[in-house]
Amino acid sequence: MLRRSLNRLLGGDERRVDNRTIYIGHQSFPVNEAFIPPKFCDNRIVSSKYTVWNFLPKNLFEQFRRIANFYFLIIFLVQVIVDTPTSPVTSGLPLFFVITVTAIKQGYEDWLRHKADREVNKSTVKVLENGEETSKESEKIKVGDIVEVTENDTFPCDLILLQSSRDDGTCFVTTASLDGESNHKTHYTVPDIERDLQSLSATIECEQPQPDLYKFNGRMHIYKNDQEPTVRSLGPENLLLKGATLKNTQKICGVAVYTGMETKMALNYQGKSQKRSVVEKSINAFLLVYLCILVSKALVCTTLKYVWQNKPGQDEPWYNEKTQKEKDTNLYLKMFTDFLSFMVLFNFIIPVSMYVTVEMQKFLGSFFITWDKDFFDPEIQEGALVNTSDLNEELGQVEYIFTDKTGTLTQNNMEFIECCIDGFQYKHRGACSELDGFCVTDGPVNKLQQKAGREREELFLRALCLCHTVQVKESTEQARSQGEDCIDQVDGLPVEDEALQPPQEERGFIASSPDEIALVKGAMRYGFTFLGLESKTMKILNRNKDVEMYELLHVLNFDPVRRRMSVIVRSRSGDTLLFCKGADSSIFPRVRQEEVERIRMHVERNATDGYRTLCVAYKHLSEEEYAQADEGLREARLALQDREEKLMAVYNQVETGMNLLGATAVEDRLQEEAAETMEALQGAGMKVWVLTGDKMETAKSTCYACGLFQKRTELLELTVRTLEDGGRKREDRLHELLSEYHKKAVQDAPPVKAGGSRGRFFGKQDYGFIIDGPSLSIVLSSSSESNSNLYKNLFLQICQNCTAVLCCRMAPLQKAQIVKMVKNCKGSPITLSIGDGANDVSMILEAHVGIGIKGKEGRQAVRNSDYAIPKLKHLKKLLLAHGHLYYVRIAHLVQYFFYKNLCFILPQFLYQFFCGYSQQPLYDAAYLTMYNICFTSMPILAYSLFEQHICIEFLLKNANLYSEVAKNAMLRWELFLYWTLLGVFHGLVFFFGVRFLFGNPALQDNGQVFGNWSYGTIVFTVLVFTVTLKLALDTRHWTWINHFVIWGSLAFYVFFSFFWGGIIWPFQKHQRLYFVFANMLSSVSAWLVIILLILLSLLPEILLVVLRKPRGPYARKLSEDDLLQSSRLQPSHHCPIST
Amino acid sequence: MVKEKKKSPDRPDNTAFTQQRLPAWQPILSAGIVIPGFVLIGLAFIGIGVGLFITSRDIQVLEMDYTGTEASSDCNKCAITNTKNCMCSLDFNISTLFKGPVFFYYGLTNYFQNHRRYGVSRDDSQLYGDLTNFKDPSTDCKPYRVDSNGKPIVPCGAVANSMFNDTFKLYQNVNGQRNLVPFDGKGIAWWTDYNVKFRNPSVEPLKNAFNDTVKPLFWTRAVYELDFSDPSNNGFLNQDFLVWMRRAALPNFRKLYRRITEGDYKEGLPAGNYTLEISYNYPVLRFDGRKKVVFSNVSWMGGKNDFLGIAYLVIGSLCVVMSMVMLIVYAKFKFPEDN
Repeated sequence: MLRRSLNRLLGGDERRVDNRTIYIGHQSFPVNEAFIPPKFCDNRIVSSKYTVWNFLPKNLFEQFRRIANFYFLIIFLVQVIVDTPTSPVTSGLPLFFVITVTAIKQGYEDWLRHKADREVNKSTVKVLENGEETSKESEKIKVGDIVEVTENDTFPCDLILLQSSRDDGTCFVTTASLDGESNHKTHYTVPDIERDLQSLSATIECEQPQPDLYKFNGRMHIYKNDQEPTVRSLGPENLLLKGATLKNTQKICGVAVYTGMETKMALNYQGKSQKRSVVEKSINAFLLVYLCILVSKALVCTTLKYVWQNKPGQDEPWYNEKTQKEKDTNLYLKMFTDFLSFMVLFNFIIPVSMYVTVEMQKFLGSFFITWDKDFFDPEIQEGALVNTSDLNEELGQVEYIFTDKTGTLTQNNMEFIECCIDGFQYKHRGACSELDGFCVTDGPVNKLQQKAGREREELFLRALCLCHTVQVKESTEQARSQGEDCIDQVDGLPVEDEALQPPQEERGFIASSPDEIALVKGAMRYGFTFLGLESKTMKILNRNKDVEMYELLHVLNFDPVRRRMSVIVRSRSGDTLLFCKGADSSIFPRVRQEEVERIRMHVERNATDGYRTLCVAYKHLSEEEYAQADEGLREARLALQDREEKLMAVYNQVETGMNLLGATAVEDRLQEEAAETMEALQGAGMKVWVLTGDKMETAKSTCYACGLFQKRTELLELTVRTLEDGGRKREDRLHELLSEYHKKAVQDAPPVKAGGSRGRFFGKQDYGFIIDGPSLSIVLSSSSESNSNLYKNLFLQICQNCTAVLCCRMAPLQKAQIVKMVKNCKGSPITLSIGDGANDVSMILEAHVGIGIKGKEGRQAVRNSDYAIPKLKHLKKLLLAHGHLYYVRIAHLVQYFFYKNLCFILPQFLYQFFCGYSQQPLYDAAYLTMYNICFTSMPILAYSLFEQHICIEFLLKNANLYSEVAKNAMLRWELFLYWTLLGVFHGLVFFFGVRFLFGNPALQDNGQVFGNWSYGTIVFTVLVFTVTLKLALDTRHWTWINHFVIWGSLAFYVFFSFFWGGIIWPFQKHQRLYFVFANMLSSVSAWLVIILLILLSLLPEILLVVLRKPRGPYARKLSEDDLLQSSRLQPSHHCPIST
Repeated sequence: MVKEKKKSPDRPDNTAFTQQRLPAWQPILSAGIVIPGFVLIGLAFIGIGVGLFITSRDIQVLEMDYTGTEASSDCNKCAITNTKNCMCSLDFNISTLFKGPVFFYYGLTNYFQNHRRYGVSRDDSQLYGDLTNFKDPSTDCKPYRVDSNGKPIVPCGAVANSMFNDTFKLYQNVNGQRNLVPFDGKGIAWWTDYNVKFRNPSVEPLKNAFNDTVKPLFWTRAVYELDFSDPSNNGFLNQDFLVWMRRAALPNFRKLYRRITEGDYKEGLPAGNYTLEISYNYPVLRFDGRKKVVFSNVSWMGGKNDFLGIAYLVIGSLCVVMSMVMLIVYAKFKFPEDN
């Protein structure tokens, strides 16, 4: 779609064709057709959004698309157009402030992007033109240019590798900036190309740009001296991507195929869809309520105004006549403008500043996650990463956790444990072998010899050594000689020793998947060492210290659908062999069946032990067979269309009729503290689902290992195996099983109380549910719609009653499907996905909160996540401490904001009843404007950044505290109603308290009287002090910042009022507040009424705080005990006890 | 693998701030603090309340309506006929000494000085003595900006135009003789209004500044002729004008008219019969308003105000009662747990 839109954007008919033709070096060719230089975009990268010219309109347009900003704009416009009580400045200034700050922020970000773009675009690159090397600015590279890149430089555009300084026509590349994989990847030159690029005349035909980094199809036509052009296929291994870096290679030359915004990197640069948090939804709901309050207030006032005016003499008393214009205005128009005026007068009830404060809270608050040193992992030297700050509070609301297994629950750090050859088990005992009485001194090798035939063993080990895509890391010469030293040492000693491992490991292998390395290393232990791949020849050092050479003919790459990979090699003796390794389910059907049974037992046993198993098979290829396969493969690789499918077909055809050699078991160790983390998360009321592509047995064992399943957990299995048990149609059986499980887990179980899986602590029978990919697809896509819905419901209900759910053999898309299903089920629970690999991206994007682990499988998950942490164990603190606190903070922030604006505006509303509904503002314009910006904004911001109602240690120790704020507990309607009533109460107290005082407006001891602005100022003073002190009452954690901000705000208010009233302001038409504040303070009665009203307003609050405590003495007491202990242990001051 | 101990640039700072470990005071409102606190606050409030209540009780107030809607009233003739310079009188009796200094207020009801249209209709620059605004008053003053001939009105606007223009004279009737009670017209307006906020244009004589302007439509005398007896009490600095220009907060209001601080009446109004002579000019019946006069003395808390004293007493006792309730609650539920 992207491509299509891109094409449409760029226009031009030739762009709609599926291929593009590139003339290398812009040469014309002896081709019949006329040479039309096709137009491609230049190599300028534009990641910036704005230019100097369009910044203002574009940015403003985008900002006013936000509903809140638009609302405020409308209010502002109404103020400008209609004669309203408050000047446009009161709402214009805050809006202007907000818009400007946002614009500056976005402008700055864009400037940074411009700068980065410029840096990229203006960097010089060497281009070969007419045989001469010229320097060009990067942005001037055209498609077809031959570009030279030297070591450690990044590629300026997508290039087809033509020439490398290395002899074997390869070059090494890291794509760390593209997908985060820091290993070296090998890329190949186009085979059989002339050394002299000047005389090369060729065209490249390739597909139009597309964002997939790992896909590229193309064809190169090479014209030589009027011969028929030779054709070479081009694949991703020939393509050097912009953004990648050249390594280990002096220089390369390549021809630009995609430039600028058409490079794969640029195409991959796109924003993610925005996720909205539950709190934001609550805010919008509350906003609607307040909007209703606002409108009804305005309606009430308008109606009453006209009722009141109907009485003779009220509308236009002699002392207050209307202007001619007013008299002439149509009655209904007047009503309407009156309504608008009231809206404007009361519009402060929905403050602009709330949005600013919420944004600031989120933005600043998220720093605490990045700053947290507990998230710092010394191994990768990185801490947590926050990609979006919009979801901080969502971390405190998670109900379902979907976790990947490999790399997330487990370390993805593979270790070869054992293998099985022809049904005989070989276990590596490692360093302890000498000490172990049961082991023979020369350990595994001897055992090996005891059991299977030597020939089979060696074949198996050779298979392990050959069937992979591992590279030997080439380091400096010194390191190489060290490696040789090490080999010498091996030569000297008959037995492999653990002590020798480290230097060998230092030599290092590089592979895309860690279990390949584990296998190669495993084979090394048994005496077969892989020495490396040099110009299509694989070298192996065998047990007899001879070097064996194999010519690598083909690699049939691994893919998740086939779940296996193969290599075709030719030995010195001329035999052509195919070695294949893969998952048992993908190998067993392709080997001779009589061999399977012996191995299957081992494989299954290993799987239940939590090991990852792979089966190894081989096959002799006869000359004809090979020739046929070779031709098939070459043909498929040259295909421009459907290359994948064609290759797959050939692969499947070749990988048949193999002989099973054996199986390997590799341990995937659990992540640090995986079990503790899982326990804590379950204790916090979250349900943990494991979604993995792995096989059931392995996944199950991981679940057992990390405590998700326990011994007494009854497992409910819905897998292909259980479905096929009855021998009936799968769907019937599915129905039966689902109903059975439903009866067991849902109907017979006692109703689950709020707080969910805490039930396990009370000795209730708990269930674990296991489902696999194929079964899930039956559940989701049953033949009939009604059945599908029924199954889905049953499935969800069962799952909701299980303590843990395991979904295995999931395709990435299925993972996302499950997340989506849970997300959309009744009650729409908050979901969190955590994963580390590219296969988890879909579920990370789908869930409410996506967490990436900075693991070994590249950076894709991290890039697509909302938050990234180095280890699984960090999830505990992220949710239980940070999430909980963020939620409490922002929930309080939201409630408080609505409250303080309600009691701000209510007196102004009530005043209308006493001023003839004339839209007379109670407060001065300065107060109206500053209330939310200056007087009351900082304390709540500080609160929402620093509050710890329960200290972090205690939150971490008591996971169940998390469930206390579950389900948006602090933003429920009851609480909203409470806050609203509190606001109404305060508003009434403020207004009527002063109203009664003004029964006699002679409030000074000199008998002088106070006027309307004094009235408003007294109300406003009470208001500012009350709402600030109310927050002070709610603050449980007073850092110096809170002190500073709370007392500072009050002091600022007093100072400002003096200042504002102390000067005749020349720009003001009316000097309303001149000395009003000072005069007010000179009146004892005013002081007394202010104190009285503040205390009266806060009295119920204090009472509530005191009386509420006995309800939860347990938690408080516990925390006190706990604090006592911790403070005794370490005299730190962060959690002091206030006694 | 040897780990380098070098500090990574990405390593988060280990400061109290970044780790959310700032030293903090965590107040817990425990019974030990709250109950004594409540008792103390309650007692203090009761104390203040008693003081306020007594003070307020001791303030003498004499309030009299002189609207003249009742036929019995002497002012009835002025109220219904609408004649110019109508004079009426109001007789009243003071039984005990009305302690001085006595403050004399006039009051209006159902008069919306706080109406927005009314309140906006003034020109503070003009009142600050800015001569440019004499020639061209602010548009806010509409419809009292210029007269029918297009001449600018000074002072313009509804507030100035509607200035209260009843005048009063108080006589004590001693043995059939009427003794004039001297009124003090100084110090009835805010000091800052008189000295800073309002200014006469610095033109001598003052009258010349008002050339080419007209007086407000409703006025009988121009602003520079408001007080014949005291030339300095004229123009925008006229105290009655200043008092009127400070808008009342509520539709029923009173404004200070005069103080009785001089001569024989310095110590207050002695018991006896008094006559208040009213020059009845200000029409209020058209908008259902009423006019009244108020004699009052003031204390440190200002005029008589029972609300404050009662409110303090009520809330003070509420605090004490609540602390008692809390004490009972805690005695029942909390204390055993502490042990």
